[in-house]
Amino acid sequence: MLLRRVWPSRPLFESPFSEFDQLRREMLRVFDSVVSNEPAAGVFPPVNVTQDDDNFYLRAELPGIKAADLSVTALRNRVAISGKRSIPEEKGKVSYHRKERAEGEFSRSVALPGEVAADKVAASYKDGVLELTLPKAEETKPRQIAVSAQ
Amino acid sequence: MSMLRNEEGKSMEKSGRAPEQTYHGPVYSPAVDIYESDDRISLLADMPGVKPQDLKIDLRDSTLTLSGRVDSGAGQGETSITTEYESGTYFRQFTLSEMIDQAKIDAKLEGGVLHLDLPKLERAKPRQISVQSS
Repeated sequence: MLLRRVWPSRPLFESPFSEFDQLRREMLRVFDSVVSNEPAAGVFPPVNVTQDDDNFYLRAELPGIKAADLSVTALRNRVAISGKRSIPEEKGKVSYHRKERAEGEFSRSVALPGEVAADKVAASYKDGVLELTLPKAEETKPRQIAVSAQ
Repeated sequence: MSMLRNEEGKSMEKSGRAPEQTYHGPVYSPAVDIYESDDRISLLADMPGVKPQDLKIDLRDSTLTLSGRVDSGAGQGETSITTEYESGTYFRQFTLSEMIDQAKIDAKLEGGVLHLDLPKLERAKPRQISVQSS
């Protein structure tokens, strides 16, 4: 008898605790994501990446930056954001109570799960959030495959 | 340390407990710069993603409250790949010691940065007193 398994082989009779084991792992993962919902230190700006059938979307929190000071480049499946944030020094005699906002140069490169059409990338900056719309390259788009019945 | 405890004790007494948001979701404390000159206090706060209509600034009993809501900006049908920041609420309170002219407060929200201008009352401004020699 020829037996061919496509899925990773699993024993037919699993231990009764394997379900608990999986649940435990899942809970740890959720716990980790709750406890460390901030990116590793020094990563700026924080970005969110989403996708739909046609595009990838990248949103980055970049408060108080001039659009002219931002540079966005895309190549194959990578997007790079770089720029400079400068906080103008207050003129006149002032005393600072708090100075928490940081300034300086930043650059970040993000790998996407697929290639993008780099010439069609659109970028907008609104309310301190940079939003990139990155159309997927033709070969990255999901394709509906018709199943023909015979 | 003892001063901190005293202050905490005082605020606990006043409000009972820390204010809680009615909205569900994470609450963030925005980074601020605060500086003072002879006639005003200026406050700059980083609040990316907040729209002007979703930002609330409240000053009463010398407590300044900033709160703003952010939505993720994601359209329908988008699925998440990476999430490094979450949308939630910005919330921060300050106690202002100087007397502020509440009628002249000016707020601007530009590129996710709030610029708050709090002019001091006329009688709270410092005055130079010249000493006459006889």
